[in-house]
Amino acid sequence: MMEPGLNHFLFISAALFFIGVYGFLTRRNLITMLMSIELILNSVNLNFIAFNKYLWPGKMDGLFFTLFIIAIAAAEAAVAIAIIINLYRSHQSIDVENAEDLKY
Amino acid sequence: MPNATIIALIPLLPLAGFLLLGLFGRKFFKKSSGIIGTALLLASTLLALYTAYEYFFIYGKADGVYQQFVPFQMTWLEFSKGVSIDMGLLIDPISVMMLVVVSFVSLMVHIYSLGYMKGEERFPAYYSFLGLFTFSMLGLVLAGNIFQMYIFWELVGVSSFLLIGYYYDKPSAVAACKKAFIVTRFADVGFLIGILILSFCSGTLDLPTLIQRLTSPDSNEIKTAVASTFLGASALTWGAALVFIGGAGKSAMFPLHIWLPDAMEGPTPVSALIHAATMVVAGVYLVARLFPVFSITTPGVLEIVGWVGAISAIIAAIIACTQTDIKRVLAYSTMSQIGYMMFALGVSTYGGEGGLGYTASMFHLFTHAMFKALLFLCAGAVIHYVHSNDMKDMGGLRKYLPITHITFLIACLAIAGVPPFAGFFSKEEILLAAYQNNMAIYWIALFTSGLTAFYMFRLYFTIFWNKPAPSPLEQSGKRKIGSEARGGEAHGEGGFAMMLPLVLLAIGAAAAGFIPFGEFVSSDGKALETKFHLVFSIAPVALGIAGIFTAMWFYKKQNNKSDKLAASLNGFYKAAYHKFYIDEIYLYITKKVLFNLVGKPAAWFDRNVVDGMVNLTGAATQAISEAIKKIQSGKVQQYAIYFLVGVIVLATLFIYILR
Amino acid sequence: MISGSTILFYLLAALTLTCGLLSVSTRQIFRAAIYLLFSLIGIAGIYFWLQYEFIAAVQIVVYVGGIVVLIIFSIFLTQQAGEKLAKQKTDRKIFSALAAFCGFALTMLQVYQHTFYESSESAVPTTVLNIGKKMMAVDNGGYALPFEVISMLLLAAMIGCIVIALRSKPETK
Repeated sequence: MMEPGLNHFLFISAALFFIGVYGFLTRRNLITMLMSIELILNSVNLNFIAFNKYLWPGKMDGLFFTLFIIAIAAAEAAVAIAIIINLYRSHQSIDVENAEDLKY
Repeated sequence: MPNATIIALIPLLPLAGFLLLGLFGRKFFKKSSGIIGTALLLASTLLALYTAYEYFFIYGKADGVYQQFVPFQMTWLEFSKGVSIDMGLLIDPISVMMLVVVSFVSLMVHIYSLGYMKGEERFPAYYSFLGLFTFSMLGLVLAGNIFQMYIFWELVGVSSFLLIGYYYDKPSAVAACKKAFIVTRFADVGFLIGILILSFCSGTLDLPTLIQRLTSPDSNEIKTAVASTFLGASALTWGAALVFIGGAGKSAMFPLHIWLPDAMEGPTPVSALIHAATMVVAGVYLVARLFPVFSITTPGVLEIVGWVGAISAIIAAIIACTQTDIKRVLAYSTMSQIGYMMFALGVSTYGGEGGLGYTASMFHLFTHAMFKALLFLCAGAVIHYVHSNDMKDMGGLRKYLPITHITFLIACLAIAGVPPFAGFFSKEEILLAAYQNNMAIYWIALFTSGLTAFYMFRLYFTIFWNKPAPSPLEQSGKRKIGSEARGGEAHGEGGFAMMLPLVLLAIGAAAAGFIPFGEFVSSDGKALETKFHLVFSIAPVALGIAGIFTAMWFYKKQNNKSDKLAASLNGFYKAAYHKFYIDEIYLYITKKVLFNLVGKPAAWFDRNVVDGMVNLTGAATQAISEAIKKIQSGKVQQYAIYFLVGVIVLATLFIYILR
Repeated sequence: MISGSTILFYLLAALTLTCGLLSVSTRQIFRAAIYLLFSLIGIAGIYFWLQYEFIAAVQIVVYVGGIVVLIIFSIFLTQQAGEKLAKQKTDRKIFSALAAFCGFALTMLQVYQHTFYESSESAVPTTVLNIGKKMMAVDNGGYALPFEVISMLLLAAMIGCIVIALRSKPETK
């Protein structure tokens, strides 16, 4: 086995990203879609940290980006949950197939 | 020099009458529209007489030839260099003559209608339509551009339509006005195509230029026109023939005459004006106007003109002998007399002695206007008194309608060709022209003049002699419902307004013959001396007097000799009575042939193919939109898939393909 | 010789990816949340392996301890805990998998074809002290401004959540 290099991290990050994309496109439940989005955000975080560690060890920019993304992801998850709860109140269901009010 | 303002005013005054009475008549001029219309037309007539006097006696002649003047011309619509529709005035012997005829007869009709149409509900509308008609007819005769003539031609047709259908609550009147308009319109297709051919050949629409280019022997246009042939006849012949078709329709020549008897559904003064004296002679005027072109065509279109005129004359005379409705008899008489005018033109040539037919035709137009209008107005007086159109309800009226009786007699003598009344002179010239050029037509014309005398005096004796008339009191009791004359209580002959035109027209019918017409109107403008041929005139006069006495024998006293004669000529009589079934033939052709073979497929095509294409466009759009609208499904995940796939495709595109 | 850290790395990577896959494919929602939790812990582990302890700690505290808990609360609030989730149409699953795989292949192709140039600076130790100094620095390369912006964002998010999730007052008769 090889010594883990930048490419390994990029592989993990890309794989996690596209797993999250698959989950977003496939899941019927709003909360599980939110979970997939969290996976996507995490893959991006990993990407930033890997670049910081392997390409720019003298700076900490990637680290700070990751920090801020975590903060923003938290805020976004909170707002998303609020919306889901609101939707549940009006539709009595959180199946995304039922949320097609903006149809033609 | 012609005064353009005065001449322009002649048609414009009746136009003003039309607009004024048409727009404001109902509200403001309910009682006075007649006076206004008549006053305008009196002014117009005086101006026309003044113009005629000036033209014929003061400035018209130059070196012994009457000149054509164009006092006013304005380019209205220009198609290309040299080809444009101009509105203008053309002063010429025949146009000035027609100005006098049209305005004078129209004035008589206006005055007459003051009495005849009194108490009519739509009185202002009547006078406004009369004004429109007079304007259109005057514009037609003054037209210097062939397309201008066509425009006014159609306007005259519209006025006729409006006036025939004046009593629009009568279905027969509505049918008649539609028939008149459609038949003349159908003939006008020929006229239009003829105009296009002639103007294409000569390169212009201006009448003097067109005639000059197509008749001067060495012009380019005539060479090309004669050279290009279609089915054996040159373009010039086709153009002239098609123009004649238009004229034949308007002048009720056989076989396009079917509308004229039905047009009698209109009020009698209208029949006098339009369908006797002025509109129906428009076809004759057209041929006269384009006479140089007609006379130069080979093979002769003039031959066709002559024969159509002769056939119409004799057929109409035969039918008139059998009809019982006063106005129908007079309508067929009109058709017959116009046939005379037409074949007179047909046997004429251009210039010199051979142009006698032309002069005779125009002279007959002039005198015919007088006595035919007089006949119709007298008929109107009779109808006004008897409240019925049918000859069976009349008889012995000479006691109660003295003035009408005398004037009617004068008109009948004139039309029968008895000297010294006007008809004798004009008919004699026509017969002379026919004798000099085409013997077959001469014999037909001679026979027809005998028949003319016969049926006119049949009419005269049946109305004024035959059986004793009931007193006016009994007469009003017998009033038929739905007849044309509307009026209340027992009345006499009709007031001053109705009698004055009769007297004036009778004077015209009596004296007009003495005008030396050839001095003024001839085919090439030079004076034509018309001599009085004593020996030649004996035949027609004798025939006329024989016709009068025959009618007297049959109809002066009440008897059944006429019925016995009709019975003995059974089949022929029935055919003549039914107008030779021409109407039925037309109806058959229209219904069976045109509707089924042409109309129905055209309608099918229009409904299914043309509408179908439009509907198809709509349906296709709808189907496409139904398919496309599924993109906006409202489902977030679908949008995300489109997004992802789009990004991948674009990335692949940019990285690998568009490097 | 394969070092232990390499094995550890591969184990952590395997944990992350497996739990991620399970999270998006299981039909029971609570299990999905738990699988997500483990995936996030795997990520935190990778951060530890990279010796970015602070970020790992933040990850665990915020993500695992905050967001996943929030998700579990919302599962309970919308009464989804018990039943199984509805199944998705097969063709949708296949198409999405195909699209995701194509994207993944494209990305990896680019990654392996690209040569990454490393900077030649010496490494800065990512201690909390250094992170804190950098965060509060106002000079070139300092992150004081983004810090303030983030705090405004968090305030807005908080207010927004409250407003959205507010139950409308019942009408007074």
